[in-house]
Amino acid sequence: MTLERRKELERSKKRSEKIAFGTFRAMSLLVVGILFVILGFIIIKGISVISWDFITKMPEDGMTKGGIYPAIIGTFCLIGGSMIFSFPIGVLSGIYINEYASNGLVVRFIRLMTNNLAGIPSIVFGLFGMSLFVNTLGFGDSIIAGSLTLGLMTLPIVIRTTEEALKSVDNSFRQGSYALGATKLQTIRRVTLPIAYPNIITGLILSIGRVSGETAPILFTVAAYFLPKLPHSIFDQVMALPYHLYVLATSGTNIEESRPMAYGTALVLIMIVLFLNLIANALRKYFSKKVKMN
Amino acid sequence: MAKIETVDANLYYGDFHALKNISMKMEENTVTALIGPSGCGKSTYLRLFNRMNDLIDSTQISGQILVDSEDIYSKNINVDELRMKVGMVFQKPNPFPKSIFENVAYGLRVNGEKNKTYITDKVYESLRQAALWDEVSDKMNKSAFELSGGQQQRLCIARALAISPSVILMDEPASALDPISTAKIEELIHELKKQYTIVIVTHNMQQASRVSDFTGFFYLGELVEHGATAKIFTQPNNKQTENYITGRFG
Amino acid sequence: MAKPFHKKLFEKIIEGILTLSGSITSLAVILIVIFLFKEGLGLFNQSPIAKGFVLVVNKNNPVNTLDAKSIKNIFDHEITNWKKVGGERDTIILFYLDDINSIYTEEQIGQNLENLPTLFSNLTDSISGIIAFIPKTYINSDFKGKVITTDNIKVSKFLSGKEWFPTAEPAAQVGILPLILGTLWVSIGAILLSLPLGLAVSIYLAEIAHPRVRNTFKPIIELLAGIPSVVYGFFGLVVIVPLIQSVFNLPVGETALAGSIILAIMALPTIITIAEDSIRTTPRSMKEASLALGASRWQTIYKIVIPYSISGITAAAILGIGRAIGETMAVLMVTGNAASIPHSFLEPVRTIPATIAAELGESSQGGMHYQALFILGSILFVITLIVNLTVEYISSKQKLAKR
Repeated sequence: MTLERRKELERSKKRSEKIAFGTFRAMSLLVVGILFVILGFIIIKGISVISWDFITKMPEDGMTKGGIYPAIIGTFCLIGGSMIFSFPIGVLSGIYINEYASNGLVVRFIRLMTNNLAGIPSIVFGLFGMSLFVNTLGFGDSIIAGSLTLGLMTLPIVIRTTEEALKSVDNSFRQGSYALGATKLQTIRRVTLPIAYPNIITGLILSIGRVSGETAPILFTVAAYFLPKLPHSIFDQVMALPYHLYVLATSGTNIEESRPMAYGTALVLIMIVLFLNLIANALRKYFSKKVKMN
Repeated sequence: MAKIETVDANLYYGDFHALKNISMKMEENTVTALIGPSGCGKSTYLRLFNRMNDLIDSTQISGQILVDSEDIYSKNINVDELRMKVGMVFQKPNPFPKSIFENVAYGLRVNGEKNKTYITDKVYESLRQAALWDEVSDKMNKSAFELSGGQQQRLCIARALAISPSVILMDEPASALDPISTAKIEELIHELKKQYTIVIVTHNMQQASRVSDFTGFFYLGELVEHGATAKIFTQPNNKQTENYITGRFG
Repeated sequence: MAKPFHKKLFEKIIEGILTLSGSITSLAVILIVIFLFKEGLGLFNQSPIAKGFVLVVNKNNPVNTLDAKSIKNIFDHEITNWKKVGGERDTIILFYLDDINSIYTEEQIGQNLENLPTLFSNLTDSISGIIAFIPKTYINSDFKGKVITTDNIKVSKFLSGKEWFPTAEPAAQVGILPLILGTLWVSIGAILLSLPLGLAVSIYLAEIAHPRVRNTFKPIIELLAGIPSVVYGFFGLVVIVPLIQSVFNLPVGETALAGSIILAIMALPTIITIAEDSIRTTPRSMKEASLALGASRWQTIYKIVIPYSISGITAAAILGIGRAIGETMAVLMVTGNAASIPHSFLEPVRTIPATIAAELGESSQGGMHYQALFILGSILFVITLIVNLTVEYISSKQKLAKR
């Protein structure tokens, strides 16, 4: 190869690298830009709607005025209900997989099933919840039916984060405890769990985020189109933020006039999700510092 | 004229002073062994010559590093071209997930060679030089992962030879291999010396004494002693060198 | 020193509870299968004729059975002669229950409709080309007409039927081909948009970007994953749909394209996270070897890094498709939900999940429509199962290869 050709080749190598890297950088900026456009749009449109009245009043005038109070309360009921169900069972399940199950095949099977459960579309959970909780068990459209459905859906998240958290606990801690004559259970309770629990909490917060935004599973298990009163028992229906947004956006009595309400609801939803994400990240940082200090 | 020369070479990883004022010369068609305990800087020093340290963020380099009397850290040096001139063989065999043929042809292809007969000739020649030809001539299109560890390492040597370098850097090339494969690699180094300038990092004292003409002993980022291998291994000037060679530390 | 008995018992009980919890996900998956199919499978024992109704014809009419499709065409006036459906040349005369009032007086019908059975009987007897759609209760033992039988809904017809009209009378049309195609169009469109973008971002983050940039971008992308699908749908509805409408000058902006764009954005975090993780597993030594041979960073990426992590990238793509296929709310809000076979990305389409979400509320429990929706749910379930198992298979193979 002549020197001329050599130089030419080197130049073309440099050129194609520049083009490729430039393209990738541009595409990455585009993706980040998309997020900011979505967030920015909802915040700008929604911020003027949000007021104290908006979050503490019942909807009025065919949902074109008033607030979204019952939907907020409903969403909190569902968060609480689903967590009562999925958090303990999920954590126990995670403990079983990581600490007790010794047979590799069993662990692999359970993990496979957990992954499968995590991959099932949310609408299928809705169908299942309707068939089992609403109809077969006779709960009707109710907080309990919706919570159980949502809880089932978030189980894989809780299980996985628990498992990850336990896995990251160094084995030397466990061996140290066993060496002192502690039983397996004592070791888990007094050594492993305390070290792992910050990460488990992060998982809990992430699943709360998921619950607060899901619509499809509650469509047929709990969500009320319009119900301007608060629930009295777990067998009552409630409104919920994501479904309320769907109703306002697509099937309200007066879509044009309820649009501001929709922007406000979307903003409240996004703020909840953002807030939970921030807390999860902050916790993760805080605890990782603390563990390092030890 | 020395093939490779460093004058007061310093290297920092962030705050860590990894190489301290190293000055050394390596002549053409010789084998230089770099020895010393783990973390002494010998691999870092080796990686100066093909600018592999550039890949790590926050490295700072000062002093002169010359290959063929050219400062390879000056602005008008093309790193890709430098790396074609200065080939490298790594600690563990690291063939690409490609066929045996494509592994060896890789360097030619990425550097723009399109002539098929030239590539084929060069691949075969390199495999012969690396003493691997007889074992792989009938399975050119098989995956490189099907070879044994020792064969993989010789494949990596052939891969380095294919782009016709004049210097070959070897970073503990036999540390992951069994004794028989190691012997083959050492034999190969003897052969290659006739055409190439070789710098080899090794943990193995016997290996250093068997294959090299010159030896440099590194300790805590400094070049403690440097000279003809025969002299270093029989009557070192420095107490530390003697202790290390006789196995009293490290 | 032996432990007291009650302590041992306690440990055993806890262990039992843990084992039970460990099996909860398997149990849930099994329950989901059972309930979906339990509710859905009855569909294939159903007649497409609305419950409690029958179709009757003149007793001399040689036609004995009609399929759902022909019945619909007859009542849509698309088939007007019996010859078309295997009978004799005779004009088809449609008769609905309500028509009775225009033929007979209230007196003739009777105060409590007690004369209706006789009147129907006479009517079918006197008009040779008649086909009447009437309640079963009015058919007496001395009925002079002939009741038309219809085939039950068949699996093959269900899968290949081109019309989804489950509330149609007299015969419901439950062909899911348009829904399957709608789902595929939207998902394939989504993956075509998001795969190149997602791959570019994952390569950028894993190989090119400075760690500082990476540490800022990663949480932002995680945030993208946290936004509820209904918010994406809403954003699509108020921003993307009008945009598409004006750019392509369409009568409506709710199209497959709108669905694909929104789904692409939603699939991005999945694709980026998994692909990036996989790209980062490429051994450093392999990249160094490539660079040491004079390859540029870009050559190293596309000749070494991408081939090495291709199975992880494939897994990312498959999971992305799985996400897209199962997504409900966002798609429901922006695709226009027309249950017809799509011919371009600029037409409204209806996906399987959107159909379930939109129609389950209107269907009566245990009815044919309800069952059909559960079968749709089962199909979704099976698709996602296949997706997950494929990904599992790919990643287990990858682990083996890297050992």
